[in-house]
Amino acid sequence: MSPPLLGVEEEVQSNVSSPSVDCGLGLKERNYLGLSDCSSVDSSGVCLPDNNKNNLNLKATELRLGLPGSQSPDRETELCLLNSGKLDEKPLFPLLPSKDGICSSSQKNVVTGNKRGFSEVKGYVYKEKNWMFHEAGSDSESPQSVGHGKYPGISGVNVILSAMSHGAQASVTKDEPANVLQKQPHATSGINLKQTDISNNKSSAPAAKAQVVGWPPVRSFRAKTLANSSKNNDEVDGKPGPASLFVKVSMDGAPYLRKVDLRTYSTYRELSAALEKMFSCFTLGQCGSHAAAGKEILSQSKLKDLLHGSEYVLIYKDKDGDWMLVGDVPWEMFIETCKRLKIMKSSDAIGLAPRAVEKSKATN
Amino acid sequence: MLWGSRKTINMNYFPDEVLEHVFDFITSHKDRNSVSLVCKSWYKIEKYSRQRVFLGNCYAICPERLIARFPELKSLTLKGKPHFADFNLVPDDWGGFLYPWIKAMAKSRIGLEELKLKRMVVSDESLELLSKSFPNFKSLVLVSCEGFTTDGLAAIASNCRFLRELDLQENEVEDHRGHWLSCFPESCTSLVSLNFACLKGEINLASLERLVARSTNLKSLRLNRAVPFDTLQRLLIRAPQLVDLGTGSYVHDPSSEAYNKFKAAIQSCNSIRSLSGFLEVAPRCMSAIYPICENLTFLNLSYAAGLQSNELTKLIQHCRKLQRLWILDCIGDKGLGVVASTCKELQELRVFPSNPFDAGNAAVTEEGLILVSEGCPKLNSLLYFCQQMTNAALITVANCTNFIRFRLCILDPIKPDPVTNQPLDEGFGAIVRSCKGLKRLSLSGLLTDQVFYYIGMYAKKHEMLSIAFAGDSDKGMLYVLNGCKKLRKLEIRDCPFGDAALLEDMGEYETMRSLWMSTCDVTLGACKMLAKKMPNLNVEIINESEQTESNLDDSQKVDKMYLYRTLVGHREDAPEFVWLL
Repeated sequence: MSPPLLGVEEEVQSNVSSPSVDCGLGLKERNYLGLSDCSSVDSSGVCLPDNNKNNLNLKATELRLGLPGSQSPDRETELCLLNSGKLDEKPLFPLLPSKDGICSSSQKNVVTGNKRGFSEVKGYVYKEKNWMFHEAGSDSESPQSVGHGKYPGISGVNVILSAMSHGAQASVTKDEPANVLQKQPHATSGINLKQTDISNNKSSAPAAKAQVVGWPPVRSFRAKTLANSSKNNDEVDGKPGPASLFVKVSMDGAPYLRKVDLRTYSTYRELSAALEKMFSCFTLGQCGSHAAAGKEILSQSKLKDLLHGSEYVLIYKDKDGDWMLVGDVPWEMFIETCKRLKIMKSSDAIGLAPRAVEKSKATN
Repeated sequence: MLWGSRKTINMNYFPDEVLEHVFDFITSHKDRNSVSLVCKSWYKIEKYSRQRVFLGNCYAICPERLIARFPELKSLTLKGKPHFADFNLVPDDWGGFLYPWIKAMAKSRIGLEELKLKRMVVSDESLELLSKSFPNFKSLVLVSCEGFTTDGLAAIASNCRFLRELDLQENEVEDHRGHWLSCFPESCTSLVSLNFACLKGEINLASLERLVARSTNLKSLRLNRAVPFDTLQRLLIRAPQLVDLGTGSYVHDPSSEAYNKFKAAIQSCNSIRSLSGFLEVAPRCMSAIYPICENLTFLNLSYAAGLQSNELTKLIQHCRKLQRLWILDCIGDKGLGVVASTCKELQELRVFPSNPFDAGNAAVTEEGLILVSEGCPKLNSLLYFCQQMTNAALITVANCTNFIRFRLCILDPIKPDPVTNQPLDEGFGAIVRSCKGLKRLSLSGLLTDQVFYYIGMYAKKHEMLSIAFAGDSDKGMLYVLNGCKKLRKLEIRDCPFGDAALLEDMGEYETMRSLWMSTCDVTLGACKMLAKKMPNLNVEIINESEQTESNLDDSQKVDKMYLYRTLVGHREDAPEFVWLL
């Protein structure tokens, strides 16, 4: 397990009720319950080792909202963090490794025994998408309860449980209002469980994200527009986007595929020239036996021969899923329908119409 | 002695027309309000000469009374929903309907010429009525509004014969496609400003070209995404006098003829000072606009998700005269360094998050901000979404004492200083201490009551304060209410402020426009008491649960409370989930 995961799971143990505050350096003063768990990690990731140490104490000291001895209700396995077997724990301190491995801070967790009942439990939930990866399939997220660590004595710490779509389980150990939290997309008094339509890529949802409602404060128009823009600008296989049209190109015998943006070319010639350049490193090996050994630079014409000659044909997969020979239709039509490219050995192209093989030989 | 030798001129001996003429020079709303308080005759003269009215909260007064007060009204600005509605904290149908205003003004034959709306619900019906009721109507500006479709726009285009300005900013418009633009009659040549960038659908390109061709006074043109590059090029040829340009789709093949034509066309547009758009962008085509960059004063690339940091910096390096820059955080700290070294005239910077819900990846940190504050001495307005912030950085930034607006949003809202793990109290304290002219402040990060202590002590000119996830106790809010006497709008979410703070100085709220508190510790009982004691305030509770008013007891906390001063009591258009106490 990678350290961050480890850290998370351990943090997960400390259940809901430990108010905590970012204590990447193990600062314990702010936690009024005297708990020293570090729920959030600063970018230096320093917190981790502390977490490991502290977790042992947490369980003993944690203040939980359930009946004494009761465990928190099981969460659905949609929470990847629980897959480690700690199904009874809530991942309240998910460490959020960001892409470059730096732990970004997550949430603060909390909830206090609240004489008013759980309706005052508030806080916020925050999850980074990396963590949601495992939960593919579940659109909703389980809200995690989080909150401030600094509400000494104030009944009702703020935890916002934001469910993305269908009811998510309350991550807070609660008695009866728990089911309220679970199912209601709307807030009961004191609880802000709002189904946010903050643009969050509802349609493309890489993974559902549970978020603080209304945070960050970006106008919903802007958030939606940016979400749509990024969808368009992303490399989506074969999906015609106005900005780019990336398709995978595979070559027989090559260990990995490439991707090309069809919009950067305007003719077949340009495309094949680019492909030649791209795949020259693979054909080098191929023609090693043909060319003189030790030759490092393969001439352009030699490559062309390889690609256009009897060695290889260029085919594409169209919208209907059929493999077609490249070059028959006008360029504009081609880029509209092309989903994938393949550089195939002529010998494998026997399945295509015979004239296709003839044609490729003819272009030699 | 000195008094005796002075000749005093009694202005009341001047005929009304002269006073009116004098008042014409007084344009600020505040000043005009003051003028009207001097004496009865001044009140009367001012009343009949007042043409521009600004209403920060449409529920502070009703249309009929406004019309009675200012019968010569020509230009009206209205704001509807509370600010946090922008972030989905206010349910739909909350209110802020335009229709009653149009209806009342039409009925009283107000000669309305300009209407500027923000966060209001604008129906097609109201747009249609508007277009037919005010023959001299000239300018419609809609910001962050909703409720209308392109049919409403068609009505405006068809009927407003002298329309000069149609400016749609970030509205949710249901797009019925294309034809509204064709509704501008051939006789309409008065357009000065046309902004439909927020529309999602297709428009009739030929109509657009003809419209632009015949609108010889057109200075501002912002296209939507559906307008292709080819058309943009042709439009530029027809309108080289443009001052403000928003591109539509900016994607094309750099080797094509159209692109070369575009390059030629834009070179003759040497009046362009403001550039925006680029919702779809081919980065390799950006070099075409370098020639106009040196004159730009406003550059808005905040929707240009397709541009990466190096493209952005290459572009910005040409923009030496930039005064306002809106950009995405993918520019990165280094990119902001380029901004700092290039844009010495910069006054306003807004850095938006390109991945708002992905806190781990915001590309800018405190370093970018330090660079800009050190490099741009004229910086006075900031909106900055970032990954993290440190006290040291804020203290350095505070050396830039000119700030009027300072809005910092750390994507993780309670993140402390990552270096020291302290709250950001000292940093923000330094900002409010040294920026004496600060009027608007938004806080984020880990914050205790201490920061409010500083705000209360130093932020004397504060008018708007936005607080989220901050503070420890009622003291925080009290410091603010007691110290910031000029506060007009206070909006608080997810803070541990409760009844004691709310009820401490109820009279204070009559000096403010509004107070928003959500997910705090305020109880229903306290709200009821406040409503009872302060008849000039509307206290509204937004309750989205299924419980009815009678089910809740007074000790329960309210989820969302919005209170505002008003002259007309409870509004009549509140939906079921809004309780008017």
